[in-house]
Amino acid sequence: MEKLISASLIGLSQGAIFALMALALVLVFRSTRVVNFAQAGQAMVSTYIGWEVVTRTENYWIALPAAALAGALLAAIIETFLMRPLAKRASHGAIAPVASIIASLGVLGVLHSGAAMIWTSEQKLFLSPVSVNGIEIGSTVYPFSQADILIISTVIIVMSTFAFFFQRTSLGLSLRAAAFQPEISRLAGVKVDRVRTIGWALSGAAGAIVGVLVTPGNYLSPFSLDILLVYGFVAAVIGGLESPQGAALGGLILGMSLSFTSIYVSSGLTFIVPFVVLLLILIVKPKGIFGGGSSRNA
Amino acid sequence: MSLIVRNLSVDHGAIRAINNLSFIVEKRRLTAVIGANGAGKSTLLRTLSGLIPASEGKASWGEHNLLKGKAEQHVRNGVSHVSEGKSVIPELTVEENLDLGALWRRNKKEADVTKKYVLELFPRLGERLKQRGDTLSGGERQMLAIARALMSKPQLLLLDEPSLGLAPLVIEQIFQTIRDIANSSDLTVLLVEQNAMGALKIADIGVVLNLGNIVAIGPSADLIADPAIRAAYLGY
Repeated sequence: MEKLISASLIGLSQGAIFALMALALVLVFRSTRVVNFAQAGQAMVSTYIGWEVVTRTENYWIALPAAALAGALLAAIIETFLMRPLAKRASHGAIAPVASIIASLGVLGVLHSGAAMIWTSEQKLFLSPVSVNGIEIGSTVYPFSQADILIISTVIIVMSTFAFFFQRTSLGLSLRAAAFQPEISRLAGVKVDRVRTIGWALSGAAGAIVGVLVTPGNYLSPFSLDILLVYGFVAAVIGGLESPQGAALGGLILGMSLSFTSIYVSSGLTFIVPFVVLLLILIVKPKGIFGGGSSRNA
Repeated sequence: MSLIVRNLSVDHGAIRAINNLSFIVEKRRLTAVIGANGAGKSTLLRTLSGLIPASEGKASWGEHNLLKGKAEQHVRNGVSHVSEGKSVIPELTVEENLDLGALWRRNKKEADVTKKYVLELFPRLGERLKQRGDTLSGGERQMLAIARALMSKPQLLLLDEPSLGLAPLVIEQIFQTIRDIANSSDLTVLLVEQNAMGALKIADIGVVLNLGNIVAIGPSADLIADPAIRAAYLGY
């Protein structure tokens, strides 16, 4: 019973992180068709900004929105000054589908080395606002902390806010429309370029929140968030790569599979589990769980 | 206000899709542009709505230069384009598709008035507001596409092959609706069609395009009566 509760709660906490990372990737992919490898680097730089704020103010609750803002800004800059001109220049031929991917890898490299130059590669300690030790109930200590509760609740709040924004606001409607059918959206008067930048900014903010949520209790280094890129991608692909709900579900499935395997089977399997899960789901549903309802034009 | 196209040429790479086209569409007229596949009809509309650039010439609607600025700006200047192939967004609901056309409008009360008018025009859409676009029939989708364009309160409506892929009865209905809209509002319509007979029947003026060139232009009744046009484009 204790095992079951622990596995579920850890799965939930990890799943929440993967889900938010997946959402960040999905937001960029659905609006600009870019598979953004730089996402991990953007989250990392934003987390360093959060670290700067938290070491100066000793207040996590200022650092979190500050990092989100920095993440949004950084993403908007990358989209406006790199990805958009690139998409216009490399729109034809064999290079068109890969140009943006290569560019995003380049950005990741620049962010890695830039961060190492500014903050050195030495690991930084990011103080948690709550206890990262296992919660004690009676005589049992669960491998589950207040920090996990913070992660789960923050991700739920962030994702519900996103859902409300996308489904209930005019700007959210423009974002969805521009993602599905840019040309029709243009003809309807949506300023598609601007809306795409906003999509990137939201994604950057989501990635930054991931970084500031997982880093407390761990160390921060220029490479410390890279592994989340892999998990985030797996979760996003499980969900169909285009659907925010899919990202949430994909993250949850992945988080649960990881925690149940490591608690019930062996923690040595954690590197294989994501890919086994991914393969199994893609064999059953090749377009991901929420993927590929209708075809898309231009 | 009128649509003035002068010496317009458009190239697709090395191919000249539209060659030195000149014509005028008077305000409140319904003009049909007919011609075979590849005549340059869609290219003409896509150029006028700002989706693709022109190579040479001029095109204006009133004081607005249609060859400058992006498509999203053209809508704000009163030019709405319903692109080829039932241009609705299938993933969005009917209501979201409608609202999309008026998102840019500052005055939400006026937009609500337009919505009411549009739903009176297409009561079928009103019954399906919460349904996704891809649950509609072909005819309903075309209606939604036109309705969305009307939500932007256009003065010039560009329609690209609204009859494409629809059943004969539905085509008749759509054409009748287009004629009704043109009659009842202050709207100038430029209709591009492969269904030459259907389009000429409802149009005031007809323009016949062939390989990017105008081969005939005049009152549509005259074109229908012209034996050469009949043989080449109307099939009898």
